[in-house]
Amino acid sequence: MEPTSHSFPENVRVGLADPVLQRALGLARTGFPLRRQQAIERLPEFEALREEGRQIKDHTLAHLDFYLELYEKNVVASGGEVHWARNAAEAREAVLGICRSAGARIVTKGKSMVAEEIALNDHLERNGVTPVETDLGEYIIQLRHEPPSHIIAPAIHLMKEQVADAFRAAHTGLDPDRVLTEVRTLCEEARTVLRPQFLAADVGITGANFLIAETGSSIIVTNEGNGDLTQTLPRIHIVVASLEKIVPTLEDATTLLRLLARSATGQEFSSYTTISTGPRRPGDLDGPEEYHVVLLDNGRSELLGGEFQDMLRCLRCAACLNHCPVYAAVGGHAYGWVYPGPMGAVLTPALVGLGEAGHLPNASTFCGRCEAVCPVKIPLPKMMRHWREREFAQRLSPPVYRTGLRLWAAVATRPELYHRMVEVKARLLGWLGKTHGRFRSMPLASGWTLGRDMPAPEGRSFHSLWAERQRRSGR
Amino acid sequence: MSEPVRVALLVTCLVDLFRPSVGFAAVALLEAAGCTVEVPRAQTCCGQPAYNSGDRADAKAIARQVIAAFAGYDYVVAPSGSCAGMVRLHYPELFADEPAMLAEAEALATRTWELVAFLVDVRGMKTVAARWDKSATYHDACSGLRELGVKTQPRLLLASVEGLRLSELADAEVCCGFGGTFCVKYPEISDKMVTDKATEIAATGADAILAGDLGCLLNIAGRLTRLGIPVEARHIAEVLAGMADDDPAIGVPARSS
Repeated sequence: MEPTSHSFPENVRVGLADPVLQRALGLARTGFPLRRQQAIERLPEFEALREEGRQIKDHTLAHLDFYLELYEKNVVASGGEVHWARNAAEAREAVLGICRSAGARIVTKGKSMVAEEIALNDHLERNGVTPVETDLGEYIIQLRHEPPSHIIAPAIHLMKEQVADAFRAAHTGLDPDRVLTEVRTLCEEARTVLRPQFLAADVGITGANFLIAETGSSIIVTNEGNGDLTQTLPRIHIVVASLEKIVPTLEDATTLLRLLARSATGQEFSSYTTISTGPRRPGDLDGPEEYHVVLLDNGRSELLGGEFQDMLRCLRCAACLNHCPVYAAVGGHAYGWVYPGPMGAVLTPALVGLGEAGHLPNASTFCGRCEAVCPVKIPLPKMMRHWREREFAQRLSPPVYRTGLRLWAAVATRPELYHRMVEVKARLLGWLGKTHGRFRSMPLASGWTLGRDMPAPEGRSFHSLWAERQRRSGR
Repeated sequence: MSEPVRVALLVTCLVDLFRPSVGFAAVALLEAAGCTVEVPRAQTCCGQPAYNSGDRADAKAIARQVIAAFAGYDYVVAPSGSCAGMVRLHYPELFADEPAMLAEAEALATRTWELVAFLVDVRGMKTVAARWDKSATYHDACSGLRELGVKTQPRLLLASVEGLRLSELADAEVCCGFGGTFCVKYPEISDKMVTDKATEIAATGADAILAGDLGCLLNIAGRLTRLGIPVEARHIAEVLAGMADDDPAIGVPARSS
């Protein structure tokens, strides 16, 4: 998908003016945090688990080469194959190559953000392979030809009326009198259409929440069971995953699973947690004949050992999105690429470049709620600040802004000059604002006065008044 | 209380320019808590605008100035969680690779407090001698809440203000949309956030919205007056010091006599 992160301010205006989006976000902004809070209140050791989760991920990243090789060895030992992909193009080619060798025409897909990252669907379609999204949210946005707006709830920007419209437009055999006003009937309709696709598919593609080095297994968690049908029914299962999904042991994955669902949806565990290890063995009742893992780097290894390494701990739980007031205001599409919200504000510049995505780490108040809820304690505001530092050092921020900042700092490092200027400003603005107590508009402050008044200063600076008080008291 | 301690007031640039009465309220509270208060003149701003804009060099230059100006006091206290958080958490980060400065930054960091947390956690204050016959609600400003753990202290002291009826604000811990330069760089997002905050404030039916950070208060007050919502915005220090009726609320003109 072509990023539009450079158009963030325009995207924001679109999002703020979209009444459906605003209704949907209004529901999400209270629902997700409340359910997470209730879930962690039932687990007294949650804080200790967060620390344990952080340590598991840090340990793995510090020895990533070792665990990746161990993982590949164990995938091969269980009869599977690992395809290393340095970038999106290599990953797409690897998937297409497997599909072609199988003569695949229909491919079912479980929800995968990495598949979105490498724009897999477009590539398959262009090459004569039909991808069918089987996660309900992904299926809806596939019908609407739009990208996901959230990493665990891809269609969260829609209300059920839009879903019904999408189904009526796409399901041409649908009885026009069929009532599609309830979530349940919408699910039934999707299920009716998707069932034959599961059976017809030649290849099933899933993502992975975890890759286990000691066993060569992949783990997915879903609430719909679609991932299981995707990975067990077709002849070939392809796992598309990025390399930081690796953890050393099943026990490590279990620890992280205790954090994941609680942080994401407030569930103790997702409805389905499925472990896949290699293809079907002789005597197995089901499972694919071939098991492939396409392991994507796409710039992640460059983050190792640098100031953005902590970002590779991310579990993709979306707690940071769900608690972000900026995300709640503008929605996920405004961010202009695959990963929105605070995690996207840190990851997107790393993956598509700071020139494209420079707005994202700037569009934060640093309120810190994302870091406070992150199950693996990623210091998201700090890393957004690191991007701002790079932007400033590379002179990518607007010149007028940079010059203003330098001028302000030049005065702020000269206290006596600063105090004189503040006193003049306080007196002038205090006098001008005396009648109303505030300004409705102000030169050079149109951003502020767009939607709010500028309160007028009281009329004297604190330092001047303090100096007078000291003189009066003879100190 | 025990023998006087020497406290240096970190005035903050917004209090200095916009609302000196908050500074004087802070001084009164600190004196009531048995402190002698001094105001180092070599202070201007904590440097956060530069730091959060990625301008590390200027942030460091300002931090050096603050570290020098505030050396030698028992404590440094700011009527702002944001500025106190900058000194406590981010100054050491700024000098992480300069051992000599790092030691000074850390020494200052451990002595620096947000005003209300200082009064309660360090000085053991449990009540204030103030009266205000109004209803109020309280917004937890982000830096104080999440960087410094300021949550129970303001509620404890507000509960002791005679005549004050305090009700809790829905989503009190959600950012108001100020965010320093954020509010002018992304004004539409900021407007949406502060509109949500103003709506929640109006829903409490309280006479006043209180908070511990003037940046948030200027933002909230500016939106309340623009929307014509008659709720007065004040810094918590004004109420705790019993000085809330001395000056008009933020963004409100003085009554012509």
